[in-house]
Amino acid sequence: MLWLGLFIQVLPFLVLLTLGFTVGGFVERAHFKRLDQREAALRSIILTDLRRVPPGASGQAFGLVTGEVVIASDYFKTFAAKMKNLFGGELHTFQTLLTRARREALVRMMEKAQAMGANRVINVRFETSTVGAMRRKKLSAMVELYAYGTAVYVPEEATQRRSDEATKGSA
Amino acid sequence: MIVVNIETIPGYEILEVRGLVQGNTIRAKHLGRDVAAGLKNLVGGELRGYTELLTEARRQAMERMLAQAEQLGANAVVNVRFSTSAVTQGAAELYAYGTAVVVAPQARPAEA
Repeated sequence: MLWLGLFIQVLPFLVLLTLGFTVGGFVERAHFKRLDQREAALRSIILTDLRRVPPGASGQAFGLVTGEVVIASDYFKTFAAKMKNLFGGELHTFQTLLTRARREALVRMMEKAQAMGANRVINVRFETSTVGAMRRKKLSAMVELYAYGTAVYVPEEATQRRSDEATKGSA
Repeated sequence: MIVVNIETIPGYEILEVRGLVQGNTIRAKHLGRDVAAGLKNLVGGELRGYTELLTEARRQAMERMLAQAEQLGANAVVNVRFSTSAVTQGAAELYAYGTAVVVAPQARPAEA
């Protein structure tokens, strides 16, 4: 009887934990797969966090591009992180969460750059914020990732010519 | 109005610096969105409502910054930066700032 009572008490928690683990894990794997595909399609766009405008950049297709995403952790991840908090160490479950968010923000930014007809994004910066809602008692974590940069278009020939000159010079 | 987060604009020349311009907005999330977010916290995933909220808020902060630049008679804002801070629980401040400048297209292309 005592065991049954205990079981009924922890049942909702176990259900939530299993739900978070299975559905959350599925959502995450699907997201990573989608990100891989979208990143592959955007391979022609080069990102840098340098401020300098690449030589040969034309005045067309430039401007600020941004990408942002708010992403929530699942019940299992948050619980695992809370447990880890007792002993210290790396929080792997949150690491994948932030990786997902950062990649998503970058991909959205790059897609905007591509739509503008640019092939580079320079001076890329990241901004992170928690969207409030970090209620102490509740197991929830949300993070916002914001990426921004300047899209520019550098004609392929300009890059090619310069690197040809450089290799000739060193030979 | 040209907006970039680098210090120069390819193909353009900065003639005059008009000074720092800024814009901000503070947004609170509302209950309906919060309930949906609470559910999402069980299974994880993107919170579209919040993404939209923050996109909209950032756009407003930027628009306020651009309005200021316009008032100063500038036609471009360079070196734009964004910053976020939490004011109270559930409310976030979005802040955008940059330098208002007057630019003109370069007479010769950048390559020459």
